Amino acid sequence: MQALLHQIFSGIATGGIYASVALALVMIYQATHHVNFAQGEMATFSTYIALTLINYGLSYWLAFLITLVVSFIIGLIIERVLMRPMASAPVLSSVGVFIGLLLIFNSVTGWLFSYTVKAFPSPFPEAMPALGGWVSPHEAGATAVTLIVLLLVYGFFRFTRLGLAMRAAAYNPVSARLVGIRVGWMLALGWGLAAAIGAIAGMMIAPIVFLDPNMMAGILLYAFAGALLGGIDNPLGAVIGGFAVGVIENIAGAYLVGAELKLTLALVIILGVLVLKPAGLLGRAVVSRV
Amino acid sequence: MRAERNPLLIGLAVVVVAVALAFLLSNYHLFQLTMVVAYAIAILGLDMLTGYTGQISLGHGAFYAVGAYVAAILMANFNVPYWATLPVSAVVCAGFGFAFGFPALRLGGLYLALATFALAIAVPQLLKYKLLEDWTGGVQGIVISKPDAPFGLPLNQDQWLYLFTLAVGVVLFVLARNLLGGRIGRAMRAVRDHGVAAEAMGIDIALLKTRSFALSAMYTGIAGALGAIAVQFVAPDSFAVFLSITLFVGLVVGGITSLSGAVFGAIFIVFLPNFADQISKAAPGAIYGVILIAFLYLAPKGFAGLLRRLVGPRAPHLAAPASSTPAAPPRPARAKN
Repeated sequence: MQALLHQIFSGIATGGIYASVALALVMIYQATHHVNFAQGEMATFSTYIALTLINYGLSYWLAFLITLVVSFIIGLIIERVLMRPMASAPVLSSVGVFIGLLLIFNSVTGWLFSYTVKAFPSPFPEAMPALGGWVSPHEAGATAVTLIVLLLVYGFFRFTRLGLAMRAAAYNPVSARLVGIRVGWMLALGWGLAAAIGAIAGMMIAPIVFLDPNMMAGILLYAFAGALLGGIDNPLGAVIGGFAVGVIENIAGAYLVGAELKLTLALVIILGVLVLKPAGLLGRAVVSRV
Repeated sequence: MRAERNPLLIGLAVVVVAVALAFLLSNYHLFQLTMVVAYAIAILGLDMLTGYTGQISLGHGAFYAVGAYVAAILMANFNVPYWATLPVSAVVCAGFGFAFGFPALRLGGLYLALATFALAIAVPQLLKYKLLEDWTGGVQGIVISKPDAPFGLPLNQDQWLYLFTLAVGVVLFVLARNLLGGRIGRAMRAVRDHGVAAEAMGIDIALLKTRSFALSAMYTGIAGALGAIAVQFVAPDSFAVFLSITLFVGLVVGGITSLSGAVFGAIFIVFLPNFADQISKAAPGAIYGVILIAFLYLAPKGFAGLLRRLVGPRAPHLAAPASSTPAAPPRPARAKN
């Protein structure tokens, strides 16, 4: 029982990280109907920036903030420069550009920061928290950070004018433009936000899995699985899906398939959802007219 | 006489030059050319699915890996001669492709790209799986030996293997040319460009898509087997997601829906890392990425498309009509009437 609870709690902790990456994916998908295959690599790059800043002697949270700003700007620039001309391109071209981005980010990360595996500091104290030892302090802290981020994002979209404008731009670009919303900038902002959320996820997972240029490949896969499970056009669904995938992964990894087949489990979830319930648990079924 | 307008003449000339190279180049360069032929077959397989039928696959490395492993296991554990492994690889991969084609039927465009991407990431783990270890050799992989030339031909191993691979490649390309230029090829393009119209013309879309998946996987699997024989070694980590991405890059850079594009793409992915490695270990990936994006913006039809534009206005009859967008599954918004 103790062991099972432990698995569930650490599943929730990693699930929170999948949830934030899934949220980043869904934010871009909602606005542009693109799936960002480079999301994981961008997050890894951001995490390396944070590590570099910390090694320069900055405090953790200052480095954290600067990394968020830098990631936001990188996301913004990518949207404005690379993705804008792809807005109405065929799927193959947009997938191709994302794959190109993935390759570039992966190599540049390896080039600038070397391919050796590095430890990443955790901002949370080593002392045991009150949760009876089921979770490590970092897992508890990471979950808290994830929840705060999710709440902030929810609040931003629900209660601010800018959030409303962004939702409008994603939902109906033509009408949004007619009421004076600068749709292009809203998309760019969405990209920036997604990049920043990805950066947080990277910084939270790095102390657990250690930092190397390919760190996020598996995490991106789980995030895909989470986003699809919850419904790829539904942010809340993506978050729930991310947590669910984290728990499923941990329990199945411990009792069912073993650690070697964890990635295959994500593949099975992805295929299972796509075949059985393509809209996901909370997504809207899309009926396309021809 | 405009020779460049006659695909048959060009094809013959390329084959003659390719055979002549077997006697001119060093063994290492022959090995590279063998890999070019193998990758060309693999990219041709990918093109049948992604280019002609419009189903994006980012996971063809998986089929390449299956083909390679089938060949290696047969050669190492069952002493099957190398040439006899090819048909087995072909059949096994066609089976896998057909099976994967069923869930893929329900996935359009982006979702299929996602699912196949997941497949590509999961492949090395599956190959390392403990229950398969007796066959796959686990992390260690399998070492196989290079075949000798038969019938006492005065060729060394590399020359023979190159000529053998080239012969297989030529046969597969000729078959593909006939298939894609004929009724089935037209059906594939019809399904890609407008599914509903194709169905109204009497094409069984589900059957056609699963069959193209099987065919595509079969070509890529044969390529995997040839590649494994040439490299003499298979291990899980040589079939990581990067392999699938490399094939995809080769397809786009070489030129989609084009037989010659598959060859150009293969040349690109074999020789580029050689140049790029001299700059830095990280350079091949970055250069792949930059070139991939540059081609998508500047020359979406790839190198073959560029060449066609330079050589003359008349497109070879296998090329997709200029009006169709490159391999986009039809969007609902673009309905014709």
